[in-house]
Amino acid sequence: MKCVSLVFTLALAAGLSTGVADAQTLKTVTDRGMLSCGVSQGLPGFSLPDDKGNWTGMDVEVCRAVAAAIFNDPSKVKFVPLSAKDRFTALQSGEIDVLSRDTTWTLSRDTSLGANFTGVTYYDGQGFMVKKSLKVNSALELNSASVCVQTGTTTEQNLADYFKSNNMKYEVIAFGTADETIKAYESGRCDVFTSDVSQLYAERLKLSSPADHMVLPEVISKEPLGPMVRHGDDQWFDLVKWVLFAMVDAEELGITQKNVDDMAKSDKPELKRVFGTDGNLGEQLGLTKDWVSRIVKAVGNYGEVYERNVGSGSRLGIARGLNQLWNKGGIQYAPPIR
Amino acid sequence: MSIEPRRPPSQFIARLRHALGGQAGWSGFVLQLLFLAATLWIGYEIVANARANLQSQRITSGFGFLSNTAGFDVSQSLIPYSGSDTYTRVFLVGLLNTLLVSVIGIFFATVIGFVVALGRLSPNWLLSRISGGYVELVRNLPLLFQILFWYLAVLAALPSPRQSVSLFDVVFLNNRGLVIPRPIAGPGFEAFAVAILIAIAAALLLRIHARRRLFEGGKPMVVWPYVIALLIGLPLLAALVFGAPFSFELPVLRGFNFAGGSRVIPELVALTLALSIYTAAFIAEIVRAGIQSVHKGQMEAGASLGLTRGAVLRLIVVPQALRVILPPLTSQYLNLTKNSSLAVAIGYPDLFSVFAGTTLSQTGQAIEIIAITMGVYLLISLLTSAIMNFYGWRLGRSLGA
Repeated sequence: MKCVSLVFTLALAAGLSTGVADAQTLKTVTDRGMLSCGVSQGLPGFSLPDDKGNWTGMDVEVCRAVAAAIFNDPSKVKFVPLSAKDRFTALQSGEIDVLSRDTTWTLSRDTSLGANFTGVTYYDGQGFMVKKSLKVNSALELNSASVCVQTGTTTEQNLADYFKSNNMKYEVIAFGTADETIKAYESGRCDVFTSDVSQLYAERLKLSSPADHMVLPEVISKEPLGPMVRHGDDQWFDLVKWVLFAMVDAEELGITQKNVDDMAKSDKPELKRVFGTDGNLGEQLGLTKDWVSRIVKAVGNYGEVYERNVGSGSRLGIARGLNQLWNKGGIQYAPPIR
Repeated sequence: MSIEPRRPPSQFIARLRHALGGQAGWSGFVLQLLFLAATLWIGYEIVANARANLQSQRITSGFGFLSNTAGFDVSQSLIPYSGSDTYTRVFLVGLLNTLLVSVIGIFFATVIGFVVALGRLSPNWLLSRISGGYVELVRNLPLLFQILFWYLAVLAALPSPRQSVSLFDVVFLNNRGLVIPRPIAGPGFEAFAVAILIAIAAALLLRIHARRRLFEGGKPMVVWPYVIALLIGLPLLAALVFGAPFSFELPVLRGFNFAGGSRVIPELVALTLALSIYTAAFIAEIVRAGIQSVHKGQMEAGASLGLTRGAVLRLIVVPQALRVILPPLTSQYLNLTKNSSLAVAIGYPDLFSVFAGTTLSQTGQAIEIIAITMGVYLLISLLTSAIMNFYGWRLGRSLGA
């Protein structure tokens, strides 16, 4: 891990010192024939290699959707697993084209890292997991507890804020990776494991007896998770942003992986614009006219991706909640494709 | 026609030329100058380009972040620290934690290493085989693996705070660490401290006196009973006269953890254990090599003088062996210090974890932070080398070499 961050830093120093930053990411990716996508080192539901070594998860499918839009082939992605603290350096150094690694959108990250967030793939919040045997029902009962947390996350600062503003004492133990953190929690080093709620559910599956642990009701922060791209290439920024919007719009319009071919033949003006049978919206992004059907055929619409990876169709079984579409009680909203 | 002897070149100029240009003379000097200029120019280009590009990509750069509020907490700190302190403070906390684990680790690694080396050289078959087995087992397993092993083994063996192992309800051991009463300075503390200092000074004077008597008058003098009497008696007397130097704050189980008292966290224990045990295996081999490098005749000469095996080792063999041992021993000390950066795996808040880890990812200023961290490790290592070199120089002088 230490070596990795050193390598990225050296790459960053070298990249920054040898020439003007390359602003043609789309061309670079097309020439390479492969999208390079930074993901986590293994988080069920978001990015995790399955038993055959194929990457799965929501964050992974966002990258597959981008690859499908460019190459019409969702498999043309090289996934680079990154720890929380190496992720930004990897993006800055040009090692990856997109960072899709459950990263919280904050002002300082948006402004000071030389990178931009392209949207929100998952509205999350920070929560706490405890052993049921502790008989704790609220995070406000956690005074004097020991808390395990993964280092290099917004979680550490939220935690400090929450305990301070509630006048509670605590002890924090910060680990390098999610696996080490959950192992220390399971061995009894901490009373509490804190992380984004989605991650708590995902990590709970790794415990030997998940049913003995519960997630407390309090959500102490806003954690909008989304992909990031480098500053200085607006075309690439637009492309990644609109791939995500297209997935959300597709769900809103009722376009699914199954009916995409039938819908493409529709005469409705709205659908004709989306499928590129009318106008050249895809080409304005630097893609082809049929970019939306490429994306939906490859990974499905936003709702399908959600249900398959973290929702009812997955082991995590997290309800849509905030991530429901805006017209169904949630806050997922994409600007119109026109 | 007289023959004039050719005047020899001025000594000073010749020496200067040789020092600057080596065997090649002035042309060598010019070459060196060119090389230096080229190196400086490349360095300048790298820095200037990096700055320009950081600016054009609007990545924050510079060291201004050091005075920003950190906003996160740390589990162990030798100086007062809270989340509202600055990143500079975080840096100091991490640095002190790194130094703490390095110093304790170096101490135990040296002790274990010497003991194992002597065990391996011992005529006792079982002892030498056990020591040999220890060395081969420990130095052939990866360190990170050993750190995780000790951490998980230590944690698994210990009970939760509510089922703590307790000693007279004063000292508690559980998977949150070892909780001991915290001494708080009482009214007699200053007198107590002064008494200890006086006792130490008196003991040192006594030792000098005894040595002088031995060398000048040839009369040995037994000092240790007086030293012990001084070291225990004087502070005790001070405490009796001026009142108790300490009162103790007892730890009490409150909520999830113990409140009050001092605590040694299990991360520190596991990391120190792993680092000392691992490095001790290498030190043992170095010490063994050093001792074996001393000629066998020295040992026999000592024995023929009637000295015991222990006295021969202590007075004759080890001082000579130290000359061979010191340089590689220094390397091991440096290794231990640098290896302590593996702490992040088990959540020990060392410099690498809190500064090059958390601080880096919160500020995103990789180049600055990695540069500072590398600089600090370099500085620690150079200081350690300097101290060891000084010790080696003194040793060499006292051996008359």
